[in-house]
Amino acid sequence: MGRHVAIVGCGQTDHKSRRSDVNGREMIYEAVSRALSDAEMTIRDVDAVVIGNMDHFESINYVDTWSVEGSGGIMKPIMKVTTGGTTGTSVAMAGYYHVASGLFDRVLTIGWEKNSESDTTAAIVTCSDPVWDRFSYSGAIPSLATEATAYMERYGATQEEAALVAVRDRGHALNNPHAHLRKAVTLKEVMESPMLAYPIKLLDVCPRTDGACAVVFAADGVAQKLVPRPAWIRSCAVRHTFTWFGDSTDYQKGLVSLQRAGREAYRNAGITEPARELDVAELYLPYTWAGLKWIEDLGFCGPGEGPRFVADGHTDMDGTIPVNPSGGVISTNCIGATALLRVAEAAVQIMGRGEARQVPDARLALATGFGGCFWSDVMILGAERG
Amino acid sequence: MEPIAITGVSQTPYRERMIDKTAYDLVYEVTRDALADAGLGIHDIDNVITVSNDFVDGRTISSMAVGEAAGAHDKNISTVEGDGAFGAFYGAMRALSGFDTTLVVAHGKGSEGDMGLITNAMFDPVYQRHLGIDALTAAALQADVYMTRYGLTEEDFAEVSVKNHQNARNNPLAHLPLDITVSDVMKSERLSDPIKRLDCSPISDGAAAIIISTGRASSRSRTRPIWIRGVAHCSDAYFPGDRNLADSPALRRAAKRAYAMAGITNPLKNIDVVELYDAFSYMEPLWLEGMGFSEPGSGARLLKDGVTRMDGILPVNPSGGVLSAHALMVAGLSRIVECVLQLRGEAREHQVPGAETALAQGINGPCGQSHCVWILSVNQ
Repeated sequence: MGRHVAIVGCGQTDHKSRRSDVNGREMIYEAVSRALSDAEMTIRDVDAVVIGNMDHFESINYVDTWSVEGSGGIMKPIMKVTTGGTTGTSVAMAGYYHVASGLFDRVLTIGWEKNSESDTTAAIVTCSDPVWDRFSYSGAIPSLATEATAYMERYGATQEEAALVAVRDRGHALNNPHAHLRKAVTLKEVMESPMLAYPIKLLDVCPRTDGACAVVFAADGVAQKLVPRPAWIRSCAVRHTFTWFGDSTDYQKGLVSLQRAGREAYRNAGITEPARELDVAELYLPYTWAGLKWIEDLGFCGPGEGPRFVADGHTDMDGTIPVNPSGGVISTNCIGATALLRVAEAAVQIMGRGEARQVPDARLALATGFGGCFWSDVMILGAERG
Repeated sequence: MEPIAITGVSQTPYRERMIDKTAYDLVYEVTRDALADAGLGIHDIDNVITVSNDFVDGRTISSMAVGEAAGAHDKNISTVEGDGAFGAFYGAMRALSGFDTTLVVAHGKGSEGDMGLITNAMFDPVYQRHLGIDALTAAALQADVYMTRYGLTEEDFAEVSVKNHQNARNNPLAHLPLDITVSDVMKSERLSDPIKRLDCSPISDGAAAIIISTGRASSRSRTRPIWIRGVAHCSDAYFPGDRNLADSPALRRAAKRAYAMAGITNPLKNIDVVELYDAFSYMEPLWLEGMGFSEPGSGARLLKDGVTRMDGILPVNPSGGVLSAHALMVAGLSRIVECVLQLRGEAREHQVPGAETALAQGINGPCGQSHCVWILSVNQ
């Protein structure tokens, strides 16, 4: 069996829509140097590097070999892991398995994206089959719009209820100095923002961001010596269930991949009542309806109860389970880094380094990743080694 | 390291242009065949690593296309983008972390893309890319540096091509089995001085898969387990101009670590067969030096002395190597598959008699910037 593994340092860039002051490697360096400093390490202490992004956003092939001057991977083992939107959690889990295997003691993981250099949607639509799927139902928005309308139809949820998720996350971002969109929005502003694909409006969805995130994983025995309160990985679960968008969601069942990954992660971490036992959740919510529906799939509340759960303040900073103290994906979305930011933010909470966005005494945290063809990744982090 | 083993392997034939098969078809076939080889069903697989590249596949999230074909529905899956030897290493890490039975599958359909543009995209977009540099021209620079530094000749490299294409004649899966002479290589079209057409690997379509089992799970497979005794990877600097291209310190370091894990003290004595990543003919002697089989600059002597021939003490690339079949992303995994077949004694016409320990290599990036070295053995 694998060793226990903990996160001992996190770093992220100052996210913006366009970081014209740095190139990709410099941006990666910014996150890496901050993560190493957070872990009180130097690059010499790093045994291996894992990096991920989505190739076609920057049009760089072999990003692992290209990035060594920013990542510090020269004369070290490097590996690239990439799975679309879930890249960040895939990278985090690769870091975890590097260490759990017993082969490496300290592993640096990096997710990054310089979206300003790309045409994001033009690149994303090529994820689906060129003959069958690409011209009908591809890209980020159409399938999410379908999911949202199906949810509204089934449970009578309203656009206003969804808009509250944006109001919450954008409000939380005011406490996060790294967040991209640090301006609160009102319900009225969300409702009046331009319609992109019914019922999704501009302020219901995530932005495109330039940014990078780096997280250092360390082995049991090493981690405790580096930081006073490491964030232990308690479980990882992955469901990249589908290849075809037409298969990807049974709108009557909800987000099946998240339900299954969540159940497995809870079981392995010994969690039976997630909303009560978890202290904080950093969820990959790329649009507002996910903030209603996916918390049901994660078992925070029952089917159809998401709107009430959110409206009643259960997911606010002082609620039963604060969701996205960082401001979440709706405030910052550097795609290859986005899911790793969820893991990093969950670790920051456990390590007690959240400053203005800290949930007091967070001991058990949930991070998720979403991407590809309605895929889900779940990681649970804790103050106890387990 | 806890004992882990490769208990199932498969690969497709490598061919120029498989117009009758999609990438999903190739992945499905090797998944099915690796399971059949191991005597397992898809339900015995508890996690999957796919290997793909968005540039080669011409689509973003290229992993999305093949998850279903790899039987990963409802399983824990991840994707390494790079050579299959690296993907297999991630699979090995997961086996060591507690997964019982890991499937690793790689595919490459180079025929669907423009390899010049695809490999041009690995160079710096600001300083290098517009010069038109690609895998071929960068390799030519490396070959030139290597020749100049050690007084090697184009004929030295041509010998490698002759040997490996000859070996490929004993491997029905190879793309380019050829009966050629040094003179044929020398007379072949000069693509990027000093590299000629017959110094280059072909662009092949194909796929490969392996199954990695923990020691306790290995008995469920019907095959003789081939044990993973050492595996390590390492990367050099990025800009070719920052590197000593006539040496491969990253390979040296990866090999040293893999040897230490496997208890190898004298590689030439302890290793019986090598399957290395000879994308171009000059790479074979250069990588052999990096692996410590000879002193710097004397890798070509190994072939002159007959050491690396089929009847030598260290046959190199009995399959015909990458020079004879090069499906991008697959080639390093194919080296591992070939080593497993050698160690099981199932390599048929290209079998090295009595092979007990084998080395497989994969590379990533320009001029072999990043290397992955595997030591496999019949002994646990």
